[in-house]
Amino acid sequence: MMERIKALAKSFGLPRLIITGFLLLLFIIAPFAGISVGASLTDTLGRFGQNSIMVLAMVPMIHSGCGLNFGLPLGIISGLLGATLAIETGITGPVSFLLAILYSTPFALIFGWGYGKLLNKVKGSEMMIATYVGFSSVAFMSIMWLILPYSSPTMVWGYTGEGLRTTISTEGFYYHVLRDFLSIRIGSLSISLGEILFFGIFAFIIWAFLHTKTGTAMTAVGSNPVFARASGISIDRQRTLSVIMSTWLGALGILCYQQGYGFIQLYQGPMYMAMPAVSAILIGGASVNKANITNVIIGTILYQGIVSMTPSVMNSLIHTDMSEVLRIIVSNGMILYALTRKSGASR
Amino acid sequence: MSTDLKKKFDARDFLANNIVPIIFVVLCVACYPLAGYSPEYLVDQIITRIVRNSFLVLSLLIPIMAGMGLNFGMTLGAMAGQIGIVFITAWNVVGIPGLLLAAIIATPIAVILGWFCGKMLNMARGREMITSYMISFFMNGVYQLVVLYGMGPVIPIHSDQVILPRGYGVRNTIDLINVRRSIDNFWQINLGPIRIPVLTIILIALLCVVIIWFRKTKIGQDMRAVGQDMEVAREAGIKVERTRILAIVISTVFAAYGMIIYLSNMGTLNTYNSHSQIGMFSIAALLVGGASVSRASIKNVFLGIILFHLMFILTPQAGKNLIGQAQIGEFFRVFVSYGVITLSLVLYEIRTRREKAESAKMLAQAQEVQA
Amino acid sequence: MSEMTKPLLEMQSVSKEYNGNPVLKDVSFTLGQGEVLGLVGENGAGKSTLMNILFGMDVIHQTGGYGGKVLIDGKEVKFTSPLDALKAGIGMVHQEFSLLPGFTAAENILLNREPQNKSVLSLVFGDRANTIDRKKLQKEAIDAITKLGVSLDPDMLVSEMPVGHKQFTEISREISKSAIRLLVLDEPTAVLTEKEAEMLLKAIENLSKQGISVIFITHRLQEILDVCDKVIVMRDGRIINSLDAKATSINEMARLMVGREVSAGSAQNRGEDREISDKVVLSVNNLWVDMPGETVKDVNLEVHEGEFLGIGGLAGQGKLGIPNGIMGLYPAGGTVTFDGKTIPLNNPRACLDSELAFVSEDRRGVGLLLDESLEWNIAFPAMQIHEKFLKKYLGGLIKWRDQSAIEEVTEKYIKQLQIKCTSSKQKAKELSGGNQQKICLAKSFALEPKLMFVSEPTRGIDIGAKALVLQALKEYNRKHGVTIVMISSELEELRQCCDRIAIITDGAVSGILPASTPSEDFGILMVGKTKKEAK
Repeated sequence: MMERIKALAKSFGLPRLIITGFLLLLFIIAPFAGISVGASLTDTLGRFGQNSIMVLAMVPMIHSGCGLNFGLPLGIISGLLGATLAIETGITGPVSFLLAILYSTPFALIFGWGYGKLLNKVKGSEMMIATYVGFSSVAFMSIMWLILPYSSPTMVWGYTGEGLRTTISTEGFYYHVLRDFLSIRIGSLSISLGEILFFGIFAFIIWAFLHTKTGTAMTAVGSNPVFARASGISIDRQRTLSVIMSTWLGALGILCYQQGYGFIQLYQGPMYMAMPAVSAILIGGASVNKANITNVIIGTILYQGIVSMTPSVMNSLIHTDMSEVLRIIVSNGMILYALTRKSGASR
Repeated sequence: MSTDLKKKFDARDFLANNIVPIIFVVLCVACYPLAGYSPEYLVDQIITRIVRNSFLVLSLLIPIMAGMGLNFGMTLGAMAGQIGIVFITAWNVVGIPGLLLAAIIATPIAVILGWFCGKMLNMARGREMITSYMISFFMNGVYQLVVLYGMGPVIPIHSDQVILPRGYGVRNTIDLINVRRSIDNFWQINLGPIRIPVLTIILIALLCVVIIWFRKTKIGQDMRAVGQDMEVAREAGIKVERTRILAIVISTVFAAYGMIIYLSNMGTLNTYNSHSQIGMFSIAALLVGGASVSRASIKNVFLGIILFHLMFILTPQAGKNLIGQAQIGEFFRVFVSYGVITLSLVLYEIRTRREKAESAKMLAQAQEVQA
Repeated sequence: MSEMTKPLLEMQSVSKEYNGNPVLKDVSFTLGQGEVLGLVGENGAGKSTLMNILFGMDVIHQTGGYGGKVLIDGKEVKFTSPLDALKAGIGMVHQEFSLLPGFTAAENILLNREPQNKSVLSLVFGDRANTIDRKKLQKEAIDAITKLGVSLDPDMLVSEMPVGHKQFTEISREISKSAIRLLVLDEPTAVLTEKEAEMLLKAIENLSKQGISVIFITHRLQEILDVCDKVIVMRDGRIINSLDAKATSINEMARLMVGREVSAGSAQNRGEDREISDKVVLSVNNLWVDMPGETVKDVNLEVHEGEFLGIGGLAGQGKLGIPNGIMGLYPAGGTVTFDGKTIPLNNPRACLDSELAFVSEDRRGVGLLLDESLEWNIAFPAMQIHEKFLKKYLGGLIKWRDQSAIEEVTEKYIKQLQIKCTSSKQKAKELSGGNQQKICLAKSFALEPKLMFVSEPTRGIDIGAKALVLQALKEYNRKHGVTIVMISSELEELRQCCDRIAIITDGAVSGILPASTPSEDFGILMVGKTKKEAK
């Protein structure tokens, strides 16, 4: 019995155990610190809804052996293009959300395709190059946001009439379109079924995809590329496909984030957005070359739980908000842990 | 005929191997008339930048020699240097003695951080760069914890110049009036508008000599061996792990000294930004100079700093004169910095791959000759 | 050897077993100062084990040591590591180069033994801060090269060297070690051109004149005749014969190498002479394959329908490159025609679509998804190539994995091939070598191919599993009429199963003979005698 518990703990991983324990501790302390558990849970779930799709965007690339998608900003940029174009049309309300998805899709497909082709040329160092592809594209788009001929008054700088603002409100467009859809209130706890449903749909699609012929081939490519090649699979094609999927999910992810958060963040905004998503899926139990939907769900809840709980609990206990610093240490420490583990050494 | 063919190949190879510096030369030449700066101003600026940055960029050479790629973990050294600077500012130690003291404080911190980084990199063989990159992120968190919360209550620093009004944590920017340009001003020659800080240049020259000497030592030879093939080096009895850790430790310590020189020249410390920025700019500068993940020389360092910073000075002004917006120029240089690193990494990977495919070509040729 | 002194090296009834399997039995020989000893034998005859014992390699201690005695200068020694052997003046040059491409010959020769100068800084930072004495390094390297008597530029980078010079660099490194008295050369000429090989043989003679003894392992028997004083022929872990090199012939050595006494087992198991159809199902013309260590240069081969063809030959001659090249795993060229159609090379999918299948010799690297279940391993290729085990929805738009069909086929093969596992969901990496091999076979059987390449099917698996694997292959060939091309280093194994056996030497077919031909004839083909005699 003891051995089974030990084996379980081992498979779960020590860092994950510590993080789970820490989060539970936070929830236990919370009432004593005068924080409503209901409100905390609402916050955590809200953040889950906002961020989960971006975490889901890690799954296809990990499956095909491309490693952790540090190039998520590329997908985010597709989303941003879709979002700004949708607002440019002037159509308001929930329809603008669908429009944003529609507009961002071709960008995601094209960017993902090119990004996939590039990653095929640099097998073995995908992660480092992905990071810098993300950074470069964010920097390049910073220039573009300034010079692209947008004209919608909600988006451009008031005083010059050209160049997009740093942050654009989604109010009036698709602010909370998912969050307020099928929202349930129980006391201080409110659950947005809309967001969860939205995530559920895409999680199901990915899960189902991994059960098809092509999905199976993708997993095999990630598990042992030589085996896959010997079985007649085109490794490059599977990898490109996975990168396109990840990029598109990244685009959807940022749109989903914007509707919950309320703002579109341009310029340097997307720069470091890959780190929380990468870290979340690792906390959820994924490794550099294995991941599943459960990892996404558990990881996002744990990560966002800590991010939302730590500041409030800390603040009320020691009157110092060091949560941002702790977040940096925990999330980057988790990535570091995954990178230095032997089991993932084949990538 | 065959020699003819060879010559043609060489021209193409030259272009392919030096594409990054060539792009930068073209860029700088194109921006120069647009920006409209005087040559004297540019020369003075470039000298300042060389003096400011070369120590930092030089610190990257040793890990490359040991086959560990670009040391993104040099930020760790920069952090150590900053901590040293924070202390001497708080204690009000002035001038060159102050900088020396800062270096003395920074050294053990840099050694410990470098050792930690080296250990981690030994555990992540084959993906040193992304790991060293994540280490710099991770340590950034720890650095903030120490500087923002630890300094004051835990680490006794109580200078109003340094500590935030709330009583703990270091201010966002610290004015380094005590040590500003103290090395540079110690012995400076002015040639018209061009200032030449002789002592700093001597220091940098000294480091170059140290690096050249280092290459000739036993440890330098071992590092080159480890960098080429860890297994062969191990078989020959070289202590591979130790050598790799040492490479990172040395690099981190140099980076710490480089940061101190850099900050003294700048005159202000951006407590929470300087180090991460400097990491990226140093690496970009080295790559602009024509270095690759596996090969870098002192020549690359200086060429890189000149080209990279020339671009840095020229583009905002060129952007302003061209489109009327300085901001575009600023975004452009950020883009160029990241773009250069991306391009160099990709080119390096593609080149390594191409070399591997060579043997198949030779076999095919042998067949054709037979047939 | 002179009468008064003790022999430099003496082995007295040395024996060794791995997990109860004897691999060396009662090996005894002596080697005098300055003598050159030739050591020949097929792969697996025990040569490498013998050398591992001599050098005190870890693999020997970890598996329970060895029996018998090793004596140097008449005194028993027990080396615990290759370093000990080195101290006693014994050096070895391996088949794989252990050189740094970016270093010059001189730097490689004295790697980690560079002459150093102390400086002031060494007092502060220790010995590793010593500077390297380039002049002395150069001189010591040149000394070693001169001692060897070859022409080698000490300033040339290894990456720019022809293969032969790399080999000379390796040997020079061993010679440069002080007090070298015995040098072991493991197939040093395998990678050399004829000219370079001649230079090397000269060098061996040089060393011998200077009083350095050499153990020379090679498959090129002519070379043995050229330079050796004595020859030891090993087979099945024994010394079959110790010959005077001056008084023997290639034929005699080849016969001793492969010739087995007609043992009861092999004769009965051997394939009955069958009628094989004349129809050529697979023809290979001018095939070259760039597979490192197994380069194929120019292979021409015809396989008949329903045949069980064996491909044999010594390691490194290119036999493994043939299936790997045809199946698109390594860059290849030439023409391959199967069933009247030309098979495009470098395209694994096209081969599989033409109903070829391949069981790779590299089980863990190529053959299996180690981290996935047995079900996945067995069903995967058939699913991807023939769309088996899939449920189709929306008119074939969605192709869903059919779990129950996958389980069914896995269970079928687990039963049929007697695969030992806890369930069909077990991960492939948790099985033993033999069972993993069976999974690889099952994977190919599930493809229902017309022709199957099977590469080294019995490598690294125990005897029981071996028999089962061979039996399964034979049955598959005889009952289902599937053409099989089996590549193996073990001649006896090929003779048991095959109709004809092709022998590959130096990247080309040196001959094809019926399996019933006596082993000696194959042995002669293997050592490439025909070529040497022509010269």
